[in-house]
Amino acid sequence: MKISIIPYSAFVIPFLIGVVIMAVTCIIKYIRWIRMFDAAQRDVIRHNWFSWKTIPALWEMFREGLLHFRIIRKNAVLGIMHQAFALGWALLIVVGAIQSKNAIACMNQEQSITQLNTLIEQNGWYSFDKDKNIILNKRITYDEAGNKVHLHYYRPFYAAIFYNYFIHKEPASFRKAQAYADLMDGLLLYVFLGLTLALAKRLWSKSVGVRRKASHNLVDRVTKLSLWMIFPLRLISESITSSLYGNGGFLTKYLGSFLSPDIFQYFELVSWLSYSVVLAIFFISMPFTRYMHIFTELLLIWFRKIGMKESTRPTGYTRFELNACSRCGVCIEGCPIDKELDNHRIQAVYLIRGLRAHRREAKMKIIADNCLMCDRCVNDCPVGIDISSIRRMTRSKGSLDTIGNYSYIGTPRPFNAIGRIAYFGGCMSHLTPGITQAMQKIFEAADQKYWYMDRDRSICCGRPLRQQGFLNQADDLMCKNTEMIERSGAMMLVTSCPICYRSFKEEYNLKIPVMHHTEYIDLLLRQGKLNLKRDKRTVSYHDPCELGRGCGIYEQPRNVLNSVTTVRKIKEQKEESICCGFNLGNAVISIEEQTKIRDAAVRSLTAKPVDAIVTACPMCKKSFQHATDRYPVQDIAEVVAANLIKQDE
Amino acid sequence: MPDFGFSIKKTRSESIDNGSKQKYEELVRRVPSFKRCFQCGCCTATCSARQFSDFNIRRMHTLFRRGDADGLSEQLKKCMLCGKCTLVCPRGVNIRQLVISMRTILDNGEKK
Ligand code: SF4
Ligand code: SF4
Ligand code: SF4
Ligand code: SF4
Ligand code: SF4
Repeated sequence: MKISIIPYSAFVIPFLIGVVIMAVTCIIKYIRWIRMFDAAQRDVIRHNWFSWKTIPALWEMFREGLLHFRIIRKNAVLGIMHQAFALGWALLIVVGAIQSKNAIACMNQEQSITQLNTLIEQNGWYSFDKDKNIILNKRITYDEAGNKVHLHYYRPFYAAIFYNYFIHKEPASFRKAQAYADLMDGLLLYVFLGLTLALAKRLWSKSVGVRRKASHNLVDRVTKLSLWMIFPLRLISESITSSLYGNGGFLTKYLGSFLSPDIFQYFELVSWLSYSVVLAIFFISMPFTRYMHIFTELLLIWFRKIGMKESTRPTGYTRFELNACSRCGVCIEGCPIDKELDNHRIQAVYLIRGLRAHRREAKMKIIADNCLMCDRCVNDCPVGIDISSIRRMTRSKGSLDTIGNYSYIGTPRPFNAIGRIAYFGGCMSHLTPGITQAMQKIFEAADQKYWYMDRDRSICCGRPLRQQGFLNQADDLMCKNTEMIERSGAMMLVTSCPICYRSFKEEYNLKIPVMHHTEYIDLLLRQGKLNLKRDKRTVSYHDPCELGRGCGIYEQPRNVLNSVTTVRKIKEQKEESICCGFNLGNAVISIEEQTKIRDAAVRSLTAKPVDAIVTACPMCKKSFQHATDRYPVQDIAEVVAANLIKQDE
Repeated sequence: MPDFGFSIKKTRSESIDNGSKQKYEELVRRVPSFKRCFQCGCCTATCSARQFSDFNIRRMHTLFRRGDADGLSEQLKKCMLCGKCTLVCPRGVNIRQLVISMRTILDNGEKK
């Protein structure tokens, strides 16, 4: 005869309910979002869902979902906090599962009736015969026919979670039992490290290097509390059980030794029940709070890795992005609107929270509008959420965004520029003629044939409109410029404005290479087409946001500058450069506010003694010029043009 | 001669019947810096759209201020939001936001 034995006690019920509700809610949500994917995103799934990209995707899921490398790189303490929670908890589950699997396998092997009887006596296990009758007579060894009874222990998945309660005497043949128990205690300690850091962040955020932490709503806070209570309750329960039976690892045994079994036997079940209830609270609220990010982040990494992108309007992918935000608050750290303007409501974390909760559209537009689109938060976000795309679609102007408004531009005059370089100054460069003149000088000095396509008047590239949510209008302008460039037959496009540059590169679908003038000058220098003399000044270089964070052009401008002058490293450079404040991405802040942000950028650029500020954007140049008379403000092109050695001299 | 919107024509005469102060107040609420405008015309002089057409941003916002909004909505669509005007304005008027706000206000008005 076979007797089946299963660990069970009523306190597991809340836990089970919690898990089921969480699983069902998550699955329903995910299916709904996947059905909201647009055609392009569906295509990506269809073609790429399993390909060579799978391996890097899995690695990244592990690295970012559990190890949290990106947060660690931003802020080591904060990263370790996240890692301790994620990795520690995941390992507790995985190691717990292996531990319980081994223990129960040994019990199945041993077939010890004595063990069975102790287990059942101490109330953690039920045994059934083949008709599923609960066996009350515990001392059966042989059935009526005189055959030896075969014991079969089941291992429900919760055995790993409540291991210490159900297996308080490990079978003798499970030799590594103590090692596993110690390892589990070690992992619990690791989670406690995270908990301590979280507490420190809560009480005094500066202690973990966070200038301003995200403010959370009530539901989030309750759920956080339940998360924080899970681990202490687990420790208490395990210690009590250990005081009664002497099981557990170094930590629980030690703590258990302080507890008197006579008193604490009454608290054992209560304590395990509270542990189970707290787990249930956390699981049930998880899909409705920021902790939804735990699984969503993994899926998002997968989708992104196989090539999915945000579209111009909200899709299922947007839902995944919104829900993958852990509200860690990293995006607040560098935001100039937060730092300089003391506005703590518009940062990515709040935009995302509002959108996730389907807050009123008008309200969301106000939040979405007040942002420089400087991409600092996009660069910093450890989850890699495409915040600027989400912001743009929130800014969408609906009925205001009409097409056909630009018929007055007419059909651009055809120009034959075959074999030439098309030079697009951009609207802003018209306000800084120094830059366009310098570029013309450089083209001539390097003996390059060029066509200054917007010498007299310029059609805007469309990006400022796009950033404000006028997508159709932006497309209109894009068509005009594309037509003009393609009909001319130019072989390359060089532009002086990083905003246009990013637009040409990302939004236009041009068939010719596009270069910003810093890249282009760098190329000319490497080809030896320019001869420069040294400029004795020491300068600081400002990374324009659209050029640096936007397009990743950091080295070329530095190469160019290093061949003419000495560049002084500043604290906030490259990815951390501060926006000049006059970014066209923000149409709502006043000039006074822009000025405050600009001053912060200038302060950073002139923190160490320099002779001049150099940048690579007409807009930044204009902005800084208004700020200071002490330092000359120049564009890279101007610095180069001023130090050209004429070939014939 | 380029038309900077100064010539004394019919447009200079304000029609009190058509005038609607409400819209202007709404605009100033949205773009407080507009109160500072002293009608210099720098915005029009630098305007990108202006280089292709008779689009005249200074006239637009002046007409709006007077409440004379006929056909303004269509005209304003010509703006490319390039931001040159905002950068040159000596009074720090946020003209890009002004354009967006005027369009929003006019659009809402039409819908009602
Ligand atoms: S947007 Fe990114 S950085 Fe900001 S809170 Fe969310 S996950 Fe953190
Ligand atoms: S893009 Fe820049 S201004 Fe906007 S929220 Fe991010 S950091 Fe702040
Ligand atoms: S003007 Fe320069 S710093 Fe300012 S937003 Fe543009 S690219 Fe960024
Ligand atoms: S430039 Fe400024 S002050 Fe001058 S008319 Fe235009 S908005 Fe008014
Ligand atoms: S933003 Fe509009 S009004 Fe201002 S200069 Fe550009 S096109 Fe003209």
